Amino acid sequence: MSLVEKLGTDSETSLPRSNGELVFEEPWESRAFGMAAALADLGIFDWSDFQQSLITSIAKCEPGQDGLPSYRYYERWFAALEALVVERGLISTAELDTLVTDFCKRPHGHDHDHADGHHH
Amino acid sequence: MTDYPHSADYPSPQLRVEALEALLVERGLVDPEMLDGFISRYVNDVGPMNGAKVVAKAWVDPDYRKRLLESGTDAVKELGFGGPQGEHIVVVENTPTLHNVVVCTLCSCYPWPLLGLPPNWYKDPAYRSRVVREPRKLLGEMGLELADDVEIHVWDSSAENRYFVLPNRPEGTEDLSEEELALLVSRDAMVGVAAVKAG
Repeated sequence: MSLVEKLGTDSETSLPRSNGELVFEEPWESRAFGMAAALADLGIFDWSDFQQSLITSIAKCEPGQDGLPSYRYYERWFAALEALVVERGLISTAELDTLVTDFCKRPHGHDHDHADGHHH
Repeated sequence: MTDYPHSADYPSPQLRVEALEALLVERGLVDPEMLDGFISRYVNDVGPMNGAKVVAKAWVDPDYRKRLLESGTDAVKELGFGGPQGEHIVVVENTPTLHNVVVCTLCSCYPWPLLGLPPNWYKDPAYRSRVVREPRKLLGEMGLELADDVEIHVWDSSAENRYFVLPNRPEGTEDLSEEELALLVSRDAMVGVAAVKAG
């Protein structure tokens, strides 16, 4: 069953009704937004190219499972940005991976994930 | 919506985003202050008030209304609103028998310079699919009950056309100034999921 069908008339997915919620849930979302806006503004890529990359990135994740979207919007946004800057040769996936790994090794007190499996 | 699971291919977006920014800065492509500027501009400075000013002017100035409906992009530029996602703005006018509502079914095209950044529900797959399939029911759930004789037109925004709804001016506002009218116009009314109320 497609997501569209799952979100049919019986869908319990609620929609926020207020007019003043936060635009970004976490700081990294705003950085991902800012990078795309800045690179487009500088003419590094056309906004329509980013839009196309975003459409592709979102389409990859639909439909979700159990009637819930399987992605967070700004994750898809960032995936679109990463794909585009790699495609344009601005950076390579390998150097991005390397830097992420370096960040994971930062001393305690910095944000880090637990890629090496340690717990504390 | 923080309870959504993270996608498998992005287990840790935070570090990856940080790494990409570091690399772009190292290449001299962007600088952090420039990003701060963009973020602040769209979070704090640009918001639905811009769109509300456009609506209020169209309500009091028939010539402006005509220009706005003919060429949205040019007419909003008259008020100084433009920039990224501000091109190809198409204004669609509500009437007593026609209600317009806007969605972007493929991603999240939205008239930033008029409304700021889109709210979460606008980007939500539930809104994006259901507003096309059952707009009357969905609008009802969002608090907008439309009479059966009101036709609903759903507009799918894209990079080529970013739709913006010119809502009906509520009755009982004949004596209000343009500035007072602008205060009544909500973001939701300009996306087409709410009506403007007299206050």
